[in-house]
Amino acid sequence: MLSRTADHLYWMSRYLERAVNLARMIDAHQRLALLPRSPDAVLQGWQATLVSLGLDDAYRERHGSVTARRAFDFVAFDREHPGSILQCLRAARENARAVRGTITSDMWETLNTTYLESLSFGASMPESGRGEFLEWVKYRAHLTRGITSGTLLRDEALHFTNIGTFLERADNTTRMLEARWRDPGGRGERLVEEASEWAVLLRAMSAFEMFRRLYRDSVTPQRVTEMLLMRDDLPQGVHRCLDELQANLAAVANQHSRETLRRAGELHAQFHFGRFADLCAEGVTTFLDRFQARLRDLGQRIANDFLVPSGTG
Amino acid sequence: MPSPRLAYDEMLEPSGAPRAHCRQYYDWLREQPAEHLARKRAEADALFHRVGITFAVYGETAGTERLIPFDIVPRILPAEEWALLEQGLKQRVRALNAFIADIYHEQRILRAGRIPPEQILCNPQYRPEMQGLDLPGGIYAHISGIDVVRDDAGRFCVLEDNLRVPSGVSYMLENRKMMMRLFPELFARDAIEPVEHYPDVLHENLRSVAPDGVTDPTVVLLTPGAYNSAYFEHAFLAQQMGIELVEGQDLFVRDAVLYMRTTQGPERVDVVYRRLDDDFLDPLSFRPESTLGVPGLLTAYRAGHVSIANAIGTGVADDKSVYPYVPEMVRFYLGEEPLLANVPTWVLRRADDRAYVLAHLEELVVKEVHGAGGYGMLIGPAASRAQLEEFRARIAAHPERYIAQPTLALSTSPTLVAAGLAPRHIDLRPFVLSGREVTVVPGGLTRVALREGSLVVNSSQGGGTKDTWVLGAAPPVALAAV
Repeated sequence: MLSRTADHLYWMSRYLERAVNLARMIDAHQRLALLPRSPDAVLQGWQATLVSLGLDDAYRERHGSVTARRAFDFVAFDREHPGSILQCLRAARENARAVRGTITSDMWETLNTTYLESLSFGASMPESGRGEFLEWVKYRAHLTRGITSGTLLRDEALHFTNIGTFLERADNTTRMLEARWRDPGGRGERLVEEASEWAVLLRAMSAFEMFRRLYRDSVTPQRVTEMLLMRDDLPQGVHRCLDELQANLAAVANQHSRETLRRAGELHAQFHFGRFADLCAEGVTTFLDRFQARLRDLGQRIANDFLVPSGTG
Repeated sequence: MPSPRLAYDEMLEPSGAPRAHCRQYYDWLREQPAEHLARKRAEADALFHRVGITFAVYGETAGTERLIPFDIVPRILPAEEWALLEQGLKQRVRALNAFIADIYHEQRILRAGRIPPEQILCNPQYRPEMQGLDLPGGIYAHISGIDVVRDDAGRFCVLEDNLRVPSGVSYMLENRKMMMRLFPELFARDAIEPVEHYPDVLHENLRSVAPDGVTDPTVVLLTPGAYNSAYFEHAFLAQQMGIELVEGQDLFVRDAVLYMRTTQGPERVDVVYRRLDDDFLDPLSFRPESTLGVPGLLTAYRAGHVSIANAIGTGVADDKSVYPYVPEMVRFYLGEEPLLANVPTWVLRRADDRAYVLAHLEELVVKEVHGAGGYGMLIGPAASRAQLEEFRARIAAHPERYIAQPTLALSTSPTLVAAGLAPRHIDLRPFVLSGREVTVVPGGLTRVALREGSLVVNSSQGGGTKDTWVLGAAPPVALAAV
């Protein structure tokens, strides 16, 4: 497969995955707003989310102080900065367009339709339509994944698509956890508040039912974090993502990729053989920060090994 | 814009009755309620958008994508007429290929005095790099788009040969798919020749011209990239043929061999179907600032390690200043009389022609020799006094840059416009493929000038497209029998 084709597939799936996870993060805020929280807590929650997404500086430059409405619009609709949901959908479509000969026409038409429909959404839409927008994003992502798994040949094209999806998802899941840990409101005074706020995260990630099945116990920050990091059977879980990442990387291995595979394996081993309590001994957010840095390193290595080979070798 | 004479209509007799081969379709069409047709047209637009059959518009905001308007009324050709046209097209393309091969070898036609040598050798489209190079099969123009129009009497004649990177074939294929989706009942009834095997024939031809000794050639399609106006077509053809769609940055040359960069390392490339002009192919040999091409490609090509389709230097045969000599090429190389006539053409570098043209400017169409896409053109009957004077001055300054032709009526075809069905002018671009044999897929791209009275069919100037039906030789099944 052409390196450039692999690159487009990888970014196509990364952007799509990012779009849906951004929708989930905003969705969590929409749900939190329904809880009895002080206005300050709501703003602190948004502030924490912007920091976790690395968007706080860009936001401040544009809008100054944080308001719930503006933060929503910024993350969802802003067409000027590349990190918004709409821009991610556009980028996914542009990457798909560049490889429309490699993906199936069903995949292309779905991504293209998603983009065309996205043009009708924007900051001017009424409050009542916003929840629908987030649902629409999730639905379009589910649809695209289904069509991909239902029509794309099980070859390199699928492997690179998967590498993009799971690298992005591992990153995004940790960012969602991080946002919750950084949110002072997330550590409520009373246990019941804390439980309901972390349950909101689970619902936004479509993982609430799975939590109940796995734990049969009350929702606590530690349990939610452990589940989202350590379970290898939970599709949103970091451990699961690393399983997939490792397998797909192994399937496309070339003569340059040995070290990348080793690092992916090393990272995976932490989750496969490590203990949750040990990983987070220095604090959960410290661990999440370090993990994200190692994912970035992996992404860089994947690009060098497969996607943009330099020279004429 | 006035149509100077009553144009030949493709579907209707001057009396208003349908021509025999169109009767079945026309009767059906007249039974369709206007809302039904309008709905079908809206459906077509929505489908084209979803499939992304759009083209980028230069000079507009980045990311602007437009549809080429599609008309749901087909242009229909009877079998006998197509058979004649097909023969004429094959003959013409054989002669053109023979001409290019001759020019880059012995130049017999120049020595025989049939064409003034300076016309060819001083032409910027003449590529001295190609001199003496032998190509597999001796083929230069593997893909040719020959633009034909009807004269007032209804006879086909050739308006232009496109031998460099002719485009539009994806519209021929997608328009057909669209028509079959919108009106399956018509295809069940009329025997309409299929066109969808075009990519297979093209792929087979491209494989057949691989360098000697390559048994299982790797063919790629070289595109300028996703922002090129014809990108959809490039991606579409690559997908249909199952070959890689590459950009210049995906390719490199080492030791005069062409490779593409893959996730598993370099992979050798044997045939390049390029959709990039000569000028951009190799910055080491042509335009140094081009980032679209591949440094060293010409070296690999000249070493015989890679085939390029169309060959470098085919522009020498499709230049408007060379066009008047094509009938002569048919006689010279094939010893046959041309089956397809040229449109009468005045070459303004000739004093007699120039005098006539300047005296009749308001009746004629003047074209720039190197112009394309309907730009740099004067349509006398529609031009203002100022425009006429401007061209008069331009011709006086550089007569060699212009040719002139009579204002053709162009045939018309009923077309669905805001007010209902109305005649609009059309042309036809059939695609001629040259490999082990010369093939014309029965059909082509019919372009239609959507503005009333307009004779300009280019998509950049408000043109649209239609599906082109060639009826099967078997008589269509009568309605009652279905």
